[in-house]
Amino acid sequence: MTVRQITLGGHNHRFADLASLLAAATPERSGDVLAGVAARSEQERVAAQALLADLPLTTFLDEVVVPYEDDEVTRLIVDSHDAAAFAPVASMTVGEFRDHLLAPSTDTTALARGLTPEMVAAVSKLMRVQDLISVARRTPVVTAFRTTLGLPGTMATRLQPNHPTDDPVGITATIVDGLLLGSGDAVIGINPATDSPQRTIDLLRLVDDVRLRYDIPTQSCVLAHVTTSLEIMERGAPVDLVFQSIAGTQAANSGFGVTLDLLREAHQAALGLGRGTVGTHCMYFETGQGSALSADAHHGVDQQTLEARAYAVAREFDPLLVNTVVGFIGPEYLYDGKQITRAGLEDHFCGKLLGVPMGVDVCYTNHAEADADDTDALLTLLGVAGCSFVICVPGGDDVMLHYQSLSFHDALYARQVLGLAPAPEFAAWLERMELLDGAGRIREIGSPAVRALTAGLA
Amino acid sequence: MSDPLDPLRAATRARVALGRAGDALPTARLLELRAAHAAARDAVHSPLDVDALAVELGGAPLRVTSAASGRAEYLQRPDLGRRLAEGTELDRGEHDVVVVLADGLSPQAVHAHGVPMLRALTTRLDGWRIAPVVIATQARVALGDEIAAGLGARSVVVLVGERPGMSSTDSLGIYFTFDARRGRRDSERNCLSNIRPPHGTGYEAAATTCAMLMAEARRLGLSGVALKADPALTS
Repeated sequence: MTVRQITLGGHNHRFADLASLLAAATPERSGDVLAGVAARSEQERVAAQALLADLPLTTFLDEVVVPYEDDEVTRLIVDSHDAAAFAPVASMTVGEFRDHLLAPSTDTTALARGLTPEMVAAVSKLMRVQDLISVARRTPVVTAFRTTLGLPGTMATRLQPNHPTDDPVGITATIVDGLLLGSGDAVIGINPATDSPQRTIDLLRLVDDVRLRYDIPTQSCVLAHVTTSLEIMERGAPVDLVFQSIAGTQAANSGFGVTLDLLREAHQAALGLGRGTVGTHCMYFETGQGSALSADAHHGVDQQTLEARAYAVAREFDPLLVNTVVGFIGPEYLYDGKQITRAGLEDHFCGKLLGVPMGVDVCYTNHAEADADDTDALLTLLGVAGCSFVICVPGGDDVMLHYQSLSFHDALYARQVLGLAPAPEFAAWLERMELLDGAGRIREIGSPAVRALTAGLA
Repeated sequence: MSDPLDPLRAATRARVALGRAGDALPTARLLELRAAHAAARDAVHSPLDVDALAVELGGAPLRVTSAASGRAEYLQRPDLGRRLAEGTELDRGEHDVVVVLADGLSPQAVHAHGVPMLRALTTRLDGWRIAPVVIATQARVALGDEIAAGLGARSVVVLVGERPGMSSTDSLGIYFTFDARRGRRDSERNCLSNIRPPHGTGYEAAATTCAMLMAEARRLGLSGVALKADPALTS
């Protein structure tokens, strides 16, 4: 362990190791306070940032924040580091790296495999919101299954038709409502109320039937535990994407009941089904700052650095979709709209720089100090930043998970004001279904497609 | 002429077919959403009426609080909500299971569904030695582990108020943990959520599933992700 110190504001600030330096350099959030790793003063925070700015990027190859021998995520990060991809920035400090990323001539997309999560987290801590946006915007990550996602100038949506009792008619109604509002090009993804294999199969068949009946170019997912997905793939269920919640340490993943080997097995099984038409990306991961601390598995590392480590787990399995559920975990990790906004932009930036197809569930819970004005603001910022996809539920109210995400309307707003299109295959389908007007906007109710889509529900 | 979207509205309580003002929500729908958010915010902050709940339960329920000193600390310090208040004393006995009614994030849910849910469950637990019921305030799910350990109960069922949503401020969750003790992970628990008849899962259905999981857990000696609600798949 290397102790580092600096004098700022007449005080000497000492940081015992790399993890405590990274934590102290992090903009304030409740989860780091809860973990006891946050800066104790504003000056200490800036002092840590100043030290961090002068740290060579190679430091992160020599010093790890979670021990190599204890943690398979660290081993994955170290063992898969690509020295050739790292070469263009290998001589830089973290501060120089920020300046380099901001230069318009820098190809930010070529660096991914040469960067570790800790490097990316470190540079994000020096960045302002505008930096997080401008660099992410120049770092698209494109993936495909039945739609192509992440193309510049597009923003896709996950249609999330959750129902408190998994009622098939209720779920179908929500799918139709979302499709009529142009939603669902990233995935039609259901959080099941109960993690039962038979229920999961029934829900998958339901969505698959809707998809086939209307020839919709999209993919479906029931967000069951990966062990459930493995079971039902053996039983012949129509699994497009395997889902799993993941985190940035082995112990936190253990809390989710997963290991890298288990994810590898599931990835191979889903690849073997070969259900994609325009691509083979077939994994879907959700993450969120605070999940490691929530599982008491944070190793004294700040929650934003650990979140970036989760993206190293994700990218190992070539996912179609990854999203942070940024306001879901609660006020003990991200207290208010300001903290949620910053975290959403950090997560999106770190994911994209690491080569992960990053989306965001822009959301808040009823015990956080946030409301729809905050989600409007974050959605707009993410649209500018080139966010791959967002999550939408009817009216922004998830009646199963009890939190507020974006509404289908919100996505229409963002696409309109920012000139963003859906995934190209899905946009063509909207056109075929006569759901678009002459200007390419989603029509208001009254088109023939409405009666066609609702016919089965009467 | 009927609205082609009426079948959608009839099919779910989700906020489908809201109409549009440009790309946004019409004013009336916007205000409905704000009112619902306000109700949910108020639900988080209204305390559990422990005396009223004890009367409804009858018998002599035990009362405990967590180490969180009030609602504000509870919300910011989940670690304290998982620990019993300093000085808490529980009489150790020999029990197979203890049922805990925990306020969680919606005390309203415990008032609305706690007692009938508990009764539906306990009638299905023939052959289980059940400890006295515990009412816990400023409580997180894992507080049940300490309660079980203190009472000498092998397993714990926590009936807890779930985080209020905008169309449901009173959903109850059930968390079952076999061999409960401090440090149990979430993956070692089984969860049933959205218990909230008539709109969510009913008491009888939840009790049947929970009792089945508990029987399987006792047979296999574990709970959590390895235990499926579909016994044929448990390995």
